[in-house]
Amino acid sequence: MNALQSALAPAADQAQAIDGIWHLMLWICVPMYVLVLIGMAVVILRMRRVAPEFTPATPSDTQISRGLTLWVIVIVAGLIVLTLGSFFVDRRLIPGAQADVNIRITAQQWWWRVEYVSADASQRFMTANELHLPLGKTVHIDLMSGDVIHSFWVPNLSGKRDLIPGRTNTIELTPRQLGTFRGQCAEFCGLQHAKMAMLVFVDNENDFKAWWQRQVQARNELPSDVAKQGEQLFVSSTCAMCHTVRGTTAGSLAGPDLTHLASRHTLAAGALPLNAGSLAAWLADPQQQKPGTNMPTIDLEPDQLNALVAYLLSLK
Amino acid sequence: MSSHCRNSGRLLFILCVIVYLCACDREKREYRTAPLPENGPHAETLSALQPGASAPPASDPRGREYENNAYHINQGERLYRWFNCNGCHAAGGGDIGPALMDDQWRYGGNIDQIYATIMDGRPFGMPSFRGKIPDTQAWEIAAYVRALSGNVPKDAAPSRREGMSATPPLSQTPKQPPKNSEQEPPH
Repeated sequence: MNALQSALAPAADQAQAIDGIWHLMLWICVPMYVLVLIGMAVVILRMRRVAPEFTPATPSDTQISRGLTLWVIVIVAGLIVLTLGSFFVDRRLIPGAQADVNIRITAQQWWWRVEYVSADASQRFMTANELHLPLGKTVHIDLMSGDVIHSFWVPNLSGKRDLIPGRTNTIELTPRQLGTFRGQCAEFCGLQHAKMAMLVFVDNENDFKAWWQRQVQARNELPSDVAKQGEQLFVSSTCAMCHTVRGTTAGSLAGPDLTHLASRHTLAAGALPLNAGSLAAWLADPQQQKPGTNMPTIDLEPDQLNALVAYLLSLK
Repeated sequence: MSSHCRNSGRLLFILCVIVYLCACDREKREYRTAPLPENGPHAETLSALQPGASAPPASDPRGREYENNAYHINQGERLYRWFNCNGCHAAGGGDIGPALMDDQWRYGGNIDQIYATIMDGRPFGMPSFRGKIPDTQAWEIAAYVRALSGNVPKDAAPSRREGMSATPPLSQTPKQPPKNSEQEPPH
């Protein structure tokens, strides 16, 4: 079983509840199915034996009528248990009034814009395609869409919830297990729907706070001259039309915030791992890696490409 | 009778296939910039500034492709907002920048001229986006601007807007041929 993305390896209260109703359904429906098959087999075998001079049984047969009554009772009881189970699990998934962490996710074709919300404006920040959650805390995520309908689905943590243009949905997560989990858009949203994934990291309280404090900062000091050339190119050319790097003049909100790009693990919403090779391939021709993506293919000289890669990988 | 029915059914099927094949270009998606042609807006000129009814630049064959393609017009609409064209031109009605949905054009209303306006800028406010907006996207924005005044083919104009809009869909926009520029160059 792939524990990275599996509804059968629950790691949050919500997924646990869904896992519970799944097992309840399994253990009610499988015996019922087996009973139906046994009943059919018995009837077929009896028919074979009595077939030549068969006359329909009269309904006065008390054994049959008792058996059928019992059968109806079993069915009704099973349905009642399932309905009640489903009702209570559904109630369990409704977000409560209080949350320890508030996050806002806006789905775009084809990536996730993630904003960590705080009453203190200096503590807010934006990132993309990666979520960090504190262990054991209640997290509320407001779900919105920038273009078409998407669906937020991290099977280890909870069920699906749609992101719909023009309205806000909320999902509640209470992670109970440290680890890394994978999420995926679960509503067909266009050409690159399959390459619209995210990683969710469940950290302990201290790691989570440290990560938050790092993300709030503007971009770090650049380590080399090549990286500085890369930044020069970044802010003066096409990149700055869509991307933000806090601490520079690049501040557009059309594409993902790249202020701490190198602290993430994937590129282009999980389409590529983040390393120098795949970053260079992505910058050189995004339309080759993810055809149709809104990141355009632009002409870059080799030294410009190297400078951009060095720059982006220095944004820890 | 039944063979007649079968024949007309077959004819209908063939017709549908032909219509389907002809309609392909509208939805064709080109994700990369087409190679630069010899002439067109990129050709050597002494000055790109040509106010009034001056000779239009030589026609660039790419413009036609972008104008006739629903995907590019739609992408143009998205980029028009992303790159803040609406900051000055509003939704096409004009604000501190001139309106784009009428038939008045100071620097020409052909797609080549609009492309040149985006890339080179114009006096009194229109900045140059050369080196900022890639070629493909500038053509897409130009195609969308053409659609604002109904100057793209009806079958290419999207019948649905990207977001909520007070104006009718682009396919319902009445055609207003550019007045102040020379006649459209033959394509």
